[in-house]
Amino acid sequence: MEEILKVEKLTKRYEDITVLENVSFSVKKGEVLVIVGPSGCGKSTLLRCINGLEDIQDGKVSIEGKTGMVFQSYELFPHMTVLQNLMLAPLKVQKRDKGEVMKEAEQLLERVGLSSKKNNYPRQLSGGQKQRVAIVRALIMHPEVLLFDEVTAALDPEMVREVLDVILDLATQHKTMLIVTHEMNFARAIADRVIFLEGGSIMEDTTPEEFFDAPRSERAKRFLSTFEYKKKE
Amino acid sequence: MDTRVLQEYLPIFAEAFLLTVKIGLAGVALAFVIGILGAFIRYFKLPLLSEAVKGYVELFRNTPLLVQLFFIYYGLPVMGIRISAEICGIVGLGLLGGSYMTESIRSGLEAVPVIQTESALSLGMTRSQTFLSVILPQAFSLSVPALVANVIFLLKETSVFSAISLMDLMFTAKDLIGLYYNTTESLFLLVVFYTVMLLPVSFVGSIAEKRSRFKMFGD
Amino acid sequence: MGFEVLFKGKNMVRLLQGLGVALQISLISVAISIVLGLILGMLMSLKKPFINLVSRVYLEIVRIMPQMVLLFIVFFGYTKLTGRNISAESSSLIVFSFWGTAEMADLVRGCMAGIPKIQYESSRALGLSRLQTYIYVIIPQIVRRLLPLSINLITRMIKTTSLIMMIGIVEVLKVGQQIIEANRKSSPHAAFGVFATIFLLYFIACWPISCLAKYLEKKLA
Repeated sequence: MEEILKVEKLTKRYEDITVLENVSFSVKKGEVLVIVGPSGCGKSTLLRCINGLEDIQDGKVSIEGKTGMVFQSYELFPHMTVLQNLMLAPLKVQKRDKGEVMKEAEQLLERVGLSSKKNNYPRQLSGGQKQRVAIVRALIMHPEVLLFDEVTAALDPEMVREVLDVILDLATQHKTMLIVTHEMNFARAIADRVIFLEGGSIMEDTTPEEFFDAPRSERAKRFLSTFEYKKKE
Repeated sequence: MDTRVLQEYLPIFAEAFLLTVKIGLAGVALAFVIGILGAFIRYFKLPLLSEAVKGYVELFRNTPLLVQLFFIYYGLPVMGIRISAEICGIVGLGLLGGSYMTESIRSGLEAVPVIQTESALSLGMTRSQTFLSVILPQAFSLSVPALVANVIFLLKETSVFSAISLMDLMFTAKDLIGLYYNTTESLFLLVVFYTVMLLPVSFVGSIAEKRSRFKMFGD
Repeated sequence: MGFEVLFKGKNMVRLLQGLGVALQISLISVAISIVLGLILGMLMSLKKPFINLVSRVYLEIVRIMPQMVLLFIVFFGYTKLTGRNISAESSSLIVFSFWGTAEMADLVRGCMAGIPKIQYESSRALGLSRLQTYIYVIIPQIVRRLLPLSINLITRMIKTTSLIMMIGIVEVLKVGQQIIEANRKSSPHAAFGVFATIFLLYFIACWPISCLAKYLEKKLA
């Protein structure tokens, strides 16, 4: 299958601190790539570099088409209703027809179970509802690749599920996705491939089965064992 | 209090009131124009201009309006720059207010989190689209309490206009007290007219402040 | 440009003395305002209906009435009411303290309201007494928030006291006018030089204080 995203020898520095070093990988159309690793390993920075929010010091990022991004903190526009949030970019950026955009927005809201909230303001929604709206806001721009930056990290536990279900649903529609997450069970369930990042470099790039059942590097073993410990707690 | 005196003075005060309101509103309008321009220049860090605006803001925020007016009205004419008392009042109030408005609007703009800009950019919006549809409306809501306070402050500052011989409310009151010793009636009308000018502004301002908070969107 | 007039005789010294008069009145008023404002602010935080009502009316009066109007009321009104004269200096001290107390009280109230309830609760949970909670936990936090704001009040007070010339106190603007008047023939441009200098003098008096407030605000935040 065709490669839709290619990252070659990417290096990112903040002044003299190197956050990402010599990172290379590629993603095929319809593939779901999950990026895991300890805090501060550069996962989020990697997504921001792919999305063009950060300049890079070395290497190359090439994408066929556009990306869409969903943030940990949702970042809905607080002065707009749900529908206005969804329609802003399609109307302003893509100059699409208002009626058509509205129809699509309503269909997508229906699909994530939020039809009744279309005229509400973000303040009136729960965290999980906000994040579902944020996902729809990214989707409606028809991006080739969707980037998810720890989208459940700010949520109360009982709301994590509703958001992950939406992303699982997207996987069944063969959307190309890059997902940074700390939810290991979810990662295992959704990933076609897993990248383990530590200290700004890729330590493993493999299948979920191999990564979770038989990690090769010591570091990955240690990383995974912290989660098991947490589970027993 | 002598009601006959009140009746006699009422039209004189009403005229002075209109003059005060006229200059006050024109000055506030000018202050908004200067403030919006100044805040944009500071927010986008335009080279040189940004430094100039910063200097202007510091200078006018750290000096009294009375001194600014004396300089403009009495100081500039001897150097050949002559403007009428009314224009002087508007310009003086506008420059003073502009420095306050610049700061209020700028801090509103800077209070909008950077990640809001990033999230709009990652939807493919341009810088100017992001600024106009995402940042500015939020910044304005955040600035409302400060803007209301500025408007009230500026309208109160109109009370020094008599120093540049504008026949405003203070001038009228002082004149009538000096000429006829009807102190009680003059002071009473002075207070009444300033209350009429500022109480509604204060009231509308409090409502605007409440509505402008995000929780009021849709509540 | 008219600056030369300032180097004649004791003109510059007179100007500075004039500024001194205004500064003196501001500093006394600020001192009174801070003390009374602290007391009133704390009273307001007790949330007693009667105190609330009275203080709200008081604060609203100060919020909408120009200081100039208050100055007129005291200066002219006192004489009318009692038949005795009140000095312009006393009038200004009364008015600026009246104004400053309200401003200060509002700042204190705002700072007290800004301290989350859980700070009190967690102090109690640690076993601190009510007094200890105030001394070690609450008051230090209030002071940190209040300090920059009350320093800002000083610059606002200095700017406001420029009004005293309007009720006849000989301060810096008045001295300036006198100098211009006395040198009308020899220095026709004196008005520019003198008023530009006064402009600058006020800036020199206020700007460092503003900077200090800004610095403290950043440092203590």
